[in-house]
Formats: sequence, C-alpha cells, structure tokens
Amino acid sequence: MESLWPQIEPLLAQVTKPARYIGGELGAQQVEHGPDTVSWLLVYPDSYEVGLPNQGLQILYELLNERHDAAAERSYAPWVDMEAAMRTAGIPLFSVEGHLPAAGFDVLAFNLSAELVYTNVLNLIDLAGLPVRAADRTGDDTIVMAGGHCTFNPEPLADYVDAFVLGDGEEVVGEINDVLAAHRCGPGCAPGDDPTRAAGDGQDRRTALLRDLSRVPGVYVPSCYDVAYDDDGRLAGVTPRYDDTPARVEKRTIADLGSWPYPRQQLVPLIEVVHDRLNVELFRGCTRGCRFCQAGMITRPVRERPADQVRTMVSAGLERTGYDEVALTSLSSADYSGIEETVGGIIDDPSCSGQVSVSLPSLRVDAFTVGTAAQIQRVRRTGLTFAPEGGTWRMRQVINKLIREEDLYAAVDAAFSQGWKRVKLYFLIGLPTETDEDTLGIVDLAKQCVAIGKRYHNSVSVTASVGGFVPKVQTPFQWFGQNTIEELTRKVHLLRDAARPVRGLTIRWHDPKATAAEGIVSRGDRRMGAVIEHVWRHGGTFQEWSEYFDLDLWTDALEAQGMTLEDAVYRHRTEHEVLPWDHISAGLHRDFLWQDWKDALAEHGLPDCRWTPCYDCGACTGYGIEHVVASAVPPAGGSQGTGQDLSSGGQVPVRFLSTAPSGAAPADRPAGGAPAMAGEGRS
Amino acid sequence: MRIRFRFSKLGKIRFTSQRDVARMWERALRRARMPLAYTEGFSPRPQLSFGLALPTGAESLAEYVDVALDPVRAEEMGLDLATLPATLNGLLPEGLEIEEAVPVERSKDSLQQMVTSCSWTMRLAGPTRDELSSSVDALLAAPSVIITRERKGREELDDLRPSVLALAVADATADLAEDPTGRTVGLVAELSTQPRGVRPVELLRGLIAVSAVAAHGTIDGPADSGRPGSTPVLDRACRTQQWIERDGLRTEPLLGRVVPVGTDRAQHALERAS
Repeated sequence: MESLWPQIEPLLAQVTKPARYIGGELGAQQVEHGPDTVSWLLVYPDSYEVGLPNQGLQILYELLNERHDAAAERSYAPWVDMEAAMRTAGIPLFSVEGHLPAAGFDVLAFNLSAELVYTNVLNLIDLAGLPVRAADRTGDDTIVMAGGHCTFNPEPLADYVDAFVLGDGEEVVGEINDVLAAHRCGPGCAPGDDPTRAAGDGQDRRTALLRDLSRVPGVYVPSCYDVAYDDDGRLAGVTPRYDDTPARVEKRTIADLGSWPYPRQQLVPLIEVVHDRLNVELFRGCTRGCRFCQAGMITRPVRERPADQVRTMVSAGLERTGYDEVALTSLSSADYSGIEETVGGIIDDPSCSGQVSVSLPSLRVDAFTVGTAAQIQRVRRTGLTFAPEGGTWRMRQVINKLIREEDLYAAVDAAFSQGWKRVKLYFLIGLPTETDEDTLGIVDLAKQCVAIGKRYHNSVSVTASVGGFVPKVQTPFQWFGQNTIEELTRKVHLLRDAARPVRGLTIRWHDPKATAAEGIVSRGDRRMGAVIEHVWRHGGTFQEWSEYFDLDLWTDALEAQGMTLEDAVYRHRTEHEVLPWDHISAGLHRDFLWQDWKDALAEHGLPDCRWTPCYDCGACTGYGIEHVVASAVPPAGGSQGTGQDLSSGGQVPVRFLSTAPSGAAPADRPAGGAPAMAGEGRS
Repeated sequence: MRIRFRFSKLGKIRFTSQRDVARMWERALRRARMPLAYTEGFSPRPQLSFGLALPTGAESLAEYVDVALDPVRAEEMGLDLATLPATLNGLLPEGLEIEEAVPVERSKDSLQQMVTSCSWTMRLAGPTRDELSSSVDALLAAPSVIITRERKGREELDDLRPSVLALAVADATADLAEDPTGRTVGLVAELSTQPRGVRPVELLRGLIAVSAVAAHGTIDGPADSGRPGSTPVLDRACRTQQWIERDGLRTEPLLGRVVPVGTDRAQHALERAS
C-alpha cells in the first residue's frame, strides 16, 4: 500500500476543516503492515468530529495494535465537500494515519452507533472502491465487518456487510484476528508464507474464511443464513445453511471490566471534536430497566470498574493528555457504587491543582446526585440535565423510569439553591399508551421547575428537550407501533402552545420526520437494505445531519420497494410474529421481554435488579456471569422512587469474590484484573 | 509574569486553525505542569494571548504566544526558561516547534496591537515567472487595487494597495518545502497588519485584479482571459516574520532584532527568502 498523501494534500486547501484528514492525534499509531499482520481499517461512518471520540473504536484500535499479528488504522466519513473533491480526483477512502487506500486493508470494520448512518456505510464501502453488496465482493476483496449497538438488528445491512460482531469487542476482536491471520496465507501454512500461494481460487478462499468467522462466538455472517418469507410476504425465518452455523448468535460479554483498562492512550485530536475531554468508563451495563432504552437492555449485566482503577486511569489520563476535564462515563454514572469517593478523590488530587472539572454525563434524578454534581462542578458550573423521560407518574411506570415528582423537584430545588440557573430536562413523546394528559404533563413538570427556580433567582431557564420515541429491537417496546409523523407533530404543537405563556421555559424538539426515518431502519428485515441503498444512490448521505436529512428520499425509497411507513414503522408487531432479529441474542429471553411489555401496558414498574431478586431476563444466567460492583454498599439515595429502602446498604446480600491481583500488563489481561470487589447480584 | 514564545507551524499541522493551536498549547502547558495564571469567573481559562491569527492552511516560522504565569508558583518550582522550549517541544504535536522563550513585562501591549506588518513567502501555481513579474510590477505601480474582502460575513470592497509594503518574485525554497511539481513560482511580500491584516489569498486577488486591468483596461473584464492556467493559485504560504514598527525602527517581537525602516523592504524580503 502506498500513501495517497501527495494526491490528498492539494485538495485540503479547498475543503472545510481540512485537519479532519491529516491524522497526527496524540495516541495515533504509526503501524507497519506486512505479510504477517492482518490490517484493519476501523471506520466510524460519520464526520471526524463525531467519530474520533468513540471509545469503542479507540479500545479496539489499541487492542489490535498491541498484537504482533495485527495493524489497525482509522478512517471517518469525509465531509460532503471532501468526498466530492476525492471522487473528482479519483482518490478512494483512506486512513488518517498513513493515508493508505481503504481497499488495501484486509478488513474494513465499521462502528454502528446509530441507524441513520447506514447510508454513509454504503457510501464509504463504495468510496473505498469495493462493490457495495457483499455478494459482489470476490476473492481477496477487503472483508467488511460491523460492530456496535445497532448490530442487534443486523438485517437491514445484511446484504452489504460480510460479518457482524455482537456485544463487547475486547475478547472477540482477537479471535477474529486469529481467523483472519490463519487465512492470510491459506490453511496449513505458517505465518510469513507467501499469501499468493494459498490454496483454492479466490472465491473459495473467501467463502471458507466467512464460514470460519461464523464459527467464532458472537460473529454473525449473513451469507451463512437463508431467509424465508411466507405467502403474505412476512418474514418466516432466518435459518443457518450449515450444521456448524449457530441458529441463534449470542452476544459477547466481558465478565470483568477491571481486566480491560482501555483506552490506555486515549486519542487527543488536533481539532475540536464532540466530547473533547478525557473519558473514563465507570461501568458497562445498566439494570435500571428503562423499557425504552436499548443500551440498557443489550449491555446487561452491570460490570463496574474497580474504584482504584478508575482513579489511576483518571490521573494517568489527565497527565498524559493535558485535558482539564474528565467525564466518568456509563449509562447512569451516579449509580456507580463508589461514586462519592471516586469523585472526591479526583477533585482533591493535588496534581489537578483545582482546575480539573469532572462531568457525569448521565445524572440520576434526585437531590443526592445534585450534591455530587455541586462538588464536581465547582470549577466550571454550566447547566444541569435530568431525564425524567415521561410527563406523568403513570407514563413513567409504563416506561419503568421510576422517578417520583418529589424526586425531580428535590433535585431541581437542590440545583437552583446551589447556584445553578439553567436546568435541562429530557423527555420522550410517542411512548406506548401515551395520552395528551401524559404529554402535557411535561409542561406541568417543567413549569413547576421554573417556579422552584424563581424562589432562588430572578431569572431562571428551564429547557424541556423532547424527542420522538423510536421502538428499538431487543427491548420490551420492540413490538410497539411507532407514532406517526402527524401524531408526533401534533404533540409537539400541544407542548409548544402550552409552554408559550410560561416565562423561563423553552421547549426544544427533535424533527418528527427524522424520528420516522430512524424507525424505518430500526426494525426492518433484510429487504430494508434495498431502501437504504436507494436512499444512498439518490444522494442521501449524512442523514443524521438536519442540513442533509431528507424524508422524501426515504419515502420514495420505500415506495420503490413496495413498502409503506404504515407497515414498516407504525404497525404494532404481534406476539408470535417472527421478528427480523430473532436469530440475534442480547441474552434476553423473548418471554421476559414479552412479559415486561405486558407489565408496561399494565403500568407495573420493575425495580433495579442489582438490589432485588433476579427476574431471570437471561443476561446473567445465560452467560454464566453476574453483576460486578465496586462496592458492597448500594448508592445513597438510589431508590429512585422504587420504594426500595437502600439506606442500610450492608443488609443487601452481597458476596465479595476474591480475584487475582492486578496484572496490568496486556499479556495476562484476561486472567488478571485489578482486585475488584465483585458482588453477586443474585442472578 | 508573562513569557513570550516564538514558534513555528510547519507541515500537515498547517491545516489546523488558530483556535486549534491555542488548545494544543493549553494542553501542552498543563502536561508540563506550568504554573498557569487563570482568568477569573465561572469558567476559568489559562491566560494565553496569541498574535495575529494565521490563516488555516498557511505555515509560519514566526508565531508568538504570551503565557501568563502565577508568579508565586513559578518561583516555587524554579522555572527554568532555558530548558522550557525543549520540554514543551516534547509535548506539543509534531509540526509546532518553539524556537525561544523570553519573559516580557506584563504592562506591554498585546501582540495583536503591537505588530504592524508581516513578511510572507508564497508559492503560486499557474503563471510563469515572467507573467507573475509583470503582475507584481503592475500592482506596485497601481495607485489603488480594489478587491473584495469578507468582513463579518459580508463582502465589501477595499483598497489593497496601501497594505502592500513590499512585493517581489523570488526563490521560495528557503522557507517552503520543495515543490514536487516544480511548476510554481515564489513570491515574497511584506503586508501591513493595520488597520487590519491582509491575507495571502487577498494579495492573490489583488494580483489577479491588476492582471485583468492590464489586459482589458478595466477591472470588470474576465479575470481569466489569458491562456488557461495563467490565473495564479496559492499553492503554499508561510509567514516568515512579524514586525513591530515604531519611531522609524522595526523590531521582531521576541528577539528584539532591530531592522532599519527604509526603501529596501523588498530587498530585505529577498534576503529573508534567499
């Protein structure tokens, strides 16, 4: 592979933000490609600024480059102006480190974090110079893979991606590399042998490689499955073509986050990106059980990072990067069992000299959390964000976001009384069973929050940010028919009109048309690929960006394939209907999800299973793993309206497991791990 | 106390913006555990003051930044100015390199206010050396050169001529990386920064304007009326010096080298470039 830099450089004077394409980040690795290494191009299919901070991609980048038989570089979707310049000049997609052509890599591995980037995926495969459809790729063409949350319904991209990877990537990426390394020079040959001597013609080799990949647990190879439809055109099943292909592909789950202190060398970009700060992952998984939340459902169980490892990663990371802000990330960071001590330890670290701010991207809604927030935001105090999600208690029971009004008001009171003047509230509209009373409850809640603020400040600002709900696969709401564009628009207008007379209250909303497009892709079967391809072929890239989003492209594409919004998006799925993702497993039993769906309709809440008996959702029992918590003490104030009394944390039955002392070195990574206090979540 | 650094910005990193460079400096200074002085208020920032913004895409041999330090902590840690450039160079990204650091008085005016002109070396693609020479002569001979400039998002007409203090076709190889195509022509210029700075692309617009005038006797004629390829395109630009002119003396902001002001600006520019 030869660097394309001499051809790329002249284009950069003509495009916006040319530094997106130069690499050079702190932490970027100059790797060597050779006959003994599998070359990976890790691609985030959105702009550089959105893609660079992605932690999943950075973790895989490091893990692969630690191996002697792998070499990984990165790429991002070139912005529209750059893509046009590249296509005019005949320059293919390239890596940002070596500026090497994408098609020269063994693997093109996409991160799929959002459905609306799918058209970009097709565009990037095409820009790489590869056939867009997997079936048209032959011989030694680059293998196209994809991982990330969206792979829990891989079917819409199944005709374009050779292999999907489900769940945590830390372990499986190495297993995949082993398969690819073995195939680089054909079966039976030693590393270093001439790859061209491999046995069989190209197509045979490709088929054999994909068959071998399909035997790696957690890897789904669509070409190893047959899809059948019934007489009504409904999906009848996706079934394996071979005896040794799993009928149901299970996700991968790392048992202990403490064994994986990554990224060790977080990338520090030269230009400003989103989440431009040090990010340290506190824990993975969430057992709050919010029924709309796909991330919470598919990442179970909870695996907390040991508190001392968090502190080490923060102090070493700040020193290495020069950042003055660290985000402690997870799906609900205030639920981390050592949160107070951890935050206090960072703030009081003398090397931070009082100038480091800590952010918890997802605050729990209670006064206790605000206390923690006040402690950590004493350096830079901007606004506080809470996510009640539903406007009434009834609605919040349906979605299992069990926040009482008192909890919210106490949190907001604490925030205003401690100096904050801006509070942002997140809500969803278009939820199952939602009535106009529920919708308007959003304004009632927000209005109360403004009134509370007025007790402390003359001028306060409360923003209610309202998103349209898209039912996601592998959740209890996967059967729910999404609200129509018209219905969501009507609800937005209801909210806007009700909020207008309230001074200090602002309503912001997500475009209902974009919500509909997301719905088209989210639950589609394999035939939805043609719709995505149609949108892409008609110029529909960067559909996550409002300036490029165009619903007409999507409705035209549906029509061209004989599909409708009504059937694809708005229709309720039935209990015994074959779902396009039934052969893909996030560990959750289908009957658990169905029961949770019925509980939702009956307005029954379900407490956090970390501190209550197991509901047997399947995530722990199925994989023989369990919750790992860093402290035996449940979080203070953690009841969140569930009625659970957690004031005496020691009484919660938690068992301490002794684990091996920290190995820290990558070589003994899987066995090692910091001395975690692993608690049994009674799974 | 304040420390003024002179540094260069060369290579791929030239595609980053002035704001990006400011953030790179902040991170490098924190990594070096410099005793930075912070601004007051809810959102304290380190007090860094850069001179005139370098256009994104341009290289520079003469960038400056003033860094405010907490004098007490600086004293405590025994800050050594002699080793500081090397320390920071190990922490700044590739392409940013500090040449020298000196303490400056806090009362001094900001770099932005003090600098009066900048020297540039450019490389233009399109015209031959002779064509570019005649454009340069035409520009220098013109009483005024009206170009469109963008100001606060709006286009307006402005006379470029008073800002062009010196201009000459020259060999650019001393300041710029080698041109792989070998088809570019070098140009050196000194451009005034007051009341506002002239960018290399704006100088280029001026050169195109005078060529059009020469060909048609009017500025309204098509700019590219000659043979194809003769319209100059800016290939590379490098700021080689920033100057402070006061009371007939011209000094460089950090090293304090004094250069007499006279009629030999072009000559000086040529010396810089050769």
